[in-house]
Amino acid sequence: MTEVAANPYVPLPAEILSVHPETAIDFTYRLAWPGRPQPGQFFEASVPGLGEAPISVCDFGEGYIEMTIRKVGRVTDGIFAMRPGQTLFLRGPYGRGFPVERLEGRHLIVAAGGTGLAPVRSVINHFVRHRDRVQALDVLLGFKTPADVLFRDDLTAWARNTSVRITVDRPDQAWQGHVGVITTVLPHVEIEDLGAVEAVVVGPPMMMKFTVLALLDRGIPEDHIWVSYERRMSCGIGKCGHCKINDRYVCLDGPVFNLSEARWLID
Amino acid sequence: MPVPMDNFPRPESSGNSRFLSYNEFEALVAAMARDGCVMAPRRFAGRGRMSDTDLVRYGEVTTAGEIESGIKSDFSPKEALFPVQQTLLTLNAGQAIEPPEDGRPIYLFLRACDINGIDRLDGIFLRNGPEPDVYYLRRRQRIRFVLMECARSLTNCFCVSMGANRTDNYHMAIRWQPDGVHVLVRDRQLAGLLSTAGRPSEFSPSFVTRDDAPVRVPDPDRLTAAVRERDLFNHEMWKDYAARCIACGRCNTHCVTCSCFTTADVPDERVVGRAERRRMWAACHIDRFTDMAGGHSFRQDYGSRMRFKTMHKIYDYYLRFGRHMCVGCGRCDDHCPEYISFSTCINRVSEVLDHD
Repeated sequence: MTEVAANPYVPLPAEILSVHPETAIDFTYRLAWPGRPQPGQFFEASVPGLGEAPISVCDFGEGYIEMTIRKVGRVTDGIFAMRPGQTLFLRGPYGRGFPVERLEGRHLIVAAGGTGLAPVRSVINHFVRHRDRVQALDVLLGFKTPADVLFRDDLTAWARNTSVRITVDRPDQAWQGHVGVITTVLPHVEIEDLGAVEAVVVGPPMMMKFTVLALLDRGIPEDHIWVSYERRMSCGIGKCGHCKINDRYVCLDGPVFNLSEARWLID
Repeated sequence: MPVPMDNFPRPESSGNSRFLSYNEFEALVAAMARDGCVMAPRRFAGRGRMSDTDLVRYGEVTTAGEIESGIKSDFSPKEALFPVQQTLLTLNAGQAIEPPEDGRPIYLFLRACDINGIDRLDGIFLRNGPEPDVYYLRRRQRIRFVLMECARSLTNCFCVSMGANRTDNYHMAIRWQPDGVHVLVRDRQLAGLLSTAGRPSEFSPSFVTRDDAPVRVPDPDRLTAAVRERDLFNHEMWKDYAARCIACGRCNTHCVTCSCFTTADVPDERVVGRAERRRMWAACHIDRFTDMAGGHSFRQDYGSRMRFKTMHKIYDYYLRFGRHMCVGCGRCDDHCPEYISFSTCINRVSEVLDHD
């Protein structure tokens, strides 16, 4: 009789501990989970009968993980119908997250667009809590409208010891902050030592493309820039083929890539 | 607990060659079918693409007479390991139950290119990432390869160019003759089934050495340079395919090495909360392959899809696994309704590297 491998497709139940609405369509779910993922990793979350979807971890702590989920598809519609005490199914964590150790002692610039903030939230939280572990911390956040702003409580807490710049594409009448795409706030960031900068860029494809170009234009070396990619995935473990770009699999080799690697990932 | 990847039934290094009459060969196949499951290319009458034509694809056979030996099968043998649709789990009341897997051997009749094609599937399903795909692995452990010798290169074939015309990975090899069948058995269980049937022979399989549609495979290092320095992915040559390809995905579904799939849950309409999680073939040429919730997608023009597939088959798989994914079976060219030739495409890439 041959040895039987463990089945990586079997999900484990995870109880919903709390649900926190961020916007009308983005809710943060706190789920009971024993392990500690790396910032930037993701899980395959599922609702039996509706299917699986890859969702990034936005924060974690002792005995729990948090995921911010946007209601945009069949699986996430199903998750939105669930309440604390009910059970989601998870398998993971998967992928390579942010290189937190490599960011230590550096001038960290985080540029996030929309729900792209979710995967990088735990990195910001980490360095806001341990502010002495980075030279400087600049957080640049772009949202479509003021109603799309995520993690409002966090933003207030971060701003106590960190430079947080928020911009929106389309203001409402009450908005008093910056208006414009994220590249229009980047020039306001003061950089003393280009070589000390590590920049993290996460967001929609166009936002990532132009933010990366602006960072390079500013003189930040290519291998000091990190991006996190989002792709369709079915398996999360390198088999289904949906997330392949060139010879890399976003689920295995990413989702976080150094730009020196990512620049050759042409879809 | 990970399973060692070399945990397959290996063929023995030497074997027993016999010449069997057709009746004796029938008896051997019948014994194999009793011992396990015999999967071979067989004819499905009237199921072909055109009216009144037959389809030849893999299926279970119980007699030698059903095996289509003289022509290339329309579909590849990958179905034996990676079915078109497969139930992964039954989900019910918080439990995930795996379907039972039969442990009997599968005697799979196939050609040298297809044995090499299954090696390429092994790369994706077993060696890409830290965890093997258990569904594939369980089938793979049941497989015994029965090599059907090719007397000559068939239409559109280019296995020699791809270095996939030869294999030593077979448990049994066969050569059809007008008056019977040569067999070489390199497996203890099969040797027991063969016993002392027929008469001794000197048979060992030969391999084709000339292609019907030879190709010049581009050097991976030169391809890397062309991708980085000359923007090969946006070269004019792909625009031609944008105009011709209709994104039907036949090249993908007939390919022995195309391994992509999508999973979906199918609710049980009779039992609330019960569902099956299934996977089914997916293909990079077919719409929605890259669609994400929220509306983003990639490679919307069909030329980019041709480029993506071509590079996977003759470039990026090589970068991960050290051998080309494409084995030159030519089924993509056999079945493209727009007469797009993949072998011609490979040659065009080589020409672009030479001339631009």
